[in-house]
Amino acid sequence: MDKKRKRSIIRGVILAVLLVAIGFTIYSSFTKDKVELLAVGDTAPDFELVGLDGTKHRLSDYRGEGVMLNFWGTWCEPCKREMPAMDRQYEAFKDQGVNLLTINIAQSEFEVQNFLNNLGVDFPTVIDKTRDVMTAYNVIDLPASIFINPDGKVLKIKTGEMKEADIISHMEMIKPE
Amino acid sequence: MEKNVCVCGHENPVGTKICVNCGRPLTEEAKSQKVLDMKYDGSAIRSKTYNKSIVDKVWNFFSSVKVGVALIIITLVVSSIGTILKQEAFVAAGNEAGRAAFYEDSYGSFGKLYYTLGFSDLYNQIWYLVLVAMLGISIIVASIDRGIPLHKSLKNQRVRRHESFMKRQRVIAEGYVPSSDSSKVLDVVEEKMKKLNYKVRRDGEALLAEKGRFSRYGPYINHVGLIIFLIGVLMHKFPGVYVDESMWIREGETRAIPGMEGYFLENKQFIFETHDNDPTTAQIQQGVNAVAKNYQTDIVLYKQAEDALPGQTDNLEVVKEYSIRVNHPLEHNGYALYQMDFRLNELKEMSFQLTNKETGEALGEVAVDLRNPKKEYVIDENTKVELMEFYPDFSGFNNEGEPQTLSPNPNNPAFIFNMITPEHPDGEISFVAIQQTVEPAGDNTYKMAFSGIDTINMSGLTIRMDKTIPILFVGGFIFLLGLAIGSYWNHRRIWIQQFENGQIRLAAHTNKNWFSIKKDLDAITEHAHLPQYIDQLDDEKDKDKDEENDQEDQKN
Repeated sequence: MDKKRKRSIIRGVILAVLLVAIGFTIYSSFTKDKVELLAVGDTAPDFELVGLDGTKHRLSDYRGEGVMLNFWGTWCEPCKREMPAMDRQYEAFKDQGVNLLTINIAQSEFEVQNFLNNLGVDFPTVIDKTRDVMTAYNVIDLPASIFINPDGKVLKIKTGEMKEADIISHMEMIKPE
Repeated sequence: MEKNVCVCGHENPVGTKICVNCGRPLTEEAKSQKVLDMKYDGSAIRSKTYNKSIVDKVWNFFSSVKVGVALIIITLVVSSIGTILKQEAFVAAGNEAGRAAFYEDSYGSFGKLYYTLGFSDLYNQIWYLVLVAMLGISIIVASIDRGIPLHKSLKNQRVRRHESFMKRQRVIAEGYVPSSDSSKVLDVVEEKMKKLNYKVRRDGEALLAEKGRFSRYGPYINHVGLIIFLIGVLMHKFPGVYVDESMWIREGETRAIPGMEGYFLENKQFIFETHDNDPTTAQIQQGVNAVAKNYQTDIVLYKQAEDALPGQTDNLEVVKEYSIRVNHPLEHNGYALYQMDFRLNELKEMSFQLTNKETGEALGEVAVDLRNPKKEYVIDENTKVELMEFYPDFSGFNNEGEPQTLSPNPNNPAFIFNMITPEHPDGEISFVAIQQTVEPAGDNTYKMAFSGIDTINMSGLTIRMDKTIPILFVGGFIFLLGLAIGSYWNHRRIWIQQFENGQIRLAAHTNKNWFSIKKDLDAITEHAHLPQYIDQLDDEKDKDKDEENDQEDQKN
């Protein structure tokens, strides 16, 4: 009986090790393709980009406050549609410790400035000229918004146009206590 | 659990076909065989012994050779179906809908079905990975299940075997040696066998000569190699082990290299050269005017400072300058950047003459850099052109009458200019696109007359990194080593017993290549004057032939 038990345990362990290894491999290969490398709960990669006003914006400078990152381009219609709502909520939340930083993908300053002027919005905007930050955040489709809490953790990743109510509820989430 | 106790008193594990100790056949099936089935030396295949718990059932499923063969065939068939149409990775369409449309448009309803069933991205399908994984488990389990008992059985071999074992070998001999040689016949055999590179063991009047036992381990070594190879392939899926990315980069542009963190690439220029020969007959037949000679991207590779953050590009260090050509990738730190594609003559700059429509007099030229347009272009004190709007990829007007841009790329640039001239110090507004001009205020005095373009080229590069290559190499080497051991060496065994009355009994077995073992037997038979051996299977064939002949005779 003992020998049989031992054999069963050895077999079980071998099978379990194989299953775990294979399961993990398959799981990781699927999360890689279908979901962003950056996941909710991760620490948002720090970055530094130069803003339209010429000042440097570094993500870690916002530690202690909530940050909403928004990746966009002037050719992207949904980006344009959600911007007025974003601007309103930026105004409403900025005194409560929630910041908005929009990141344009490698366009010229002229186009970016002109676009924002036409929309009449006034939030901080930086240009990712080399697409380095876009790569670090693995942004593929625009618009993409990332909500980061005061500890620098990603609480929400949202791809596609957002309704004003979503922006409000997500900004509430990352508000410092 | 009950043991299978042999007449000789040895306890064999349940499922054993041939007693490990004396060689007596244990099962009815083995007893009924004229020539024993020597697969795994008659040891118990582990999975056949217990079949109670779920663990045992799963184990037994994967241990089955039938299941293994089925898995191999399914994998083979499915993989070859995946090669019928091209895989999604090679389809240029950017999104899912585009790819779906591509398969239907290009290959009709078969293409649609192919896409729907997932064959278009076969090697990333979860069920395909599960299939390969099951094959891997099958190889591991079946090897453990057969390899370990075989190893034990080969290790614990006894020299002396029972008559029922000896007589049921394929090649046997029985008889007497000339009485003069009788006393030292085993010594003579031993000496001769050693010369033939056999390992000889004696146990009283019994002798076992054995050669090439390691060849029995060939298939298992082969499987180990296969498993290592599979592990290497599966490791591609882990971050930091395997990179296969691509990027487009314009001349003059500096971009972060995807998959290669902290590195940037600047495209100095792209060069496309053709052979300037007169078209040959073959070229004319194929409608080819020029044959490409060189595709080359001159680049500068930069690295960020060690502690730099993404986006910090003010302190880039030059790593190297290089000309990437076909088959001459840029290699750095295990990464390789290959020249893969190119696009010639993308618009870079458009020039306009600020021209009086009536007189045709030009006040000056304005050149707009489409990648970096400026707010205003000053010609002189009273004359300048303000750029009010710029649409790099103009696609028409939306419902509110606003011009739209489809992409950030200057494929179809459109501009709204405000032309400030001495006649019109407040400016005249003009919408200018390719072959289209709109003057919102009515009739303008001046126009922006198109006067020329400047173009640049784009390079398509792929970025590759594969840390698993040494693993694949080792796995492949072990695989071939196992194959060679299993194929080019054979396990040959010759048992000889001498009885008190001087009678000799001989039996021989090899896992393959009976011709060679018979040559060895011929040599010792002659040398030691042993009785002539017979091949019991030859007998059977002869008998079969005889029977056939009989039948034919009867027909006749």
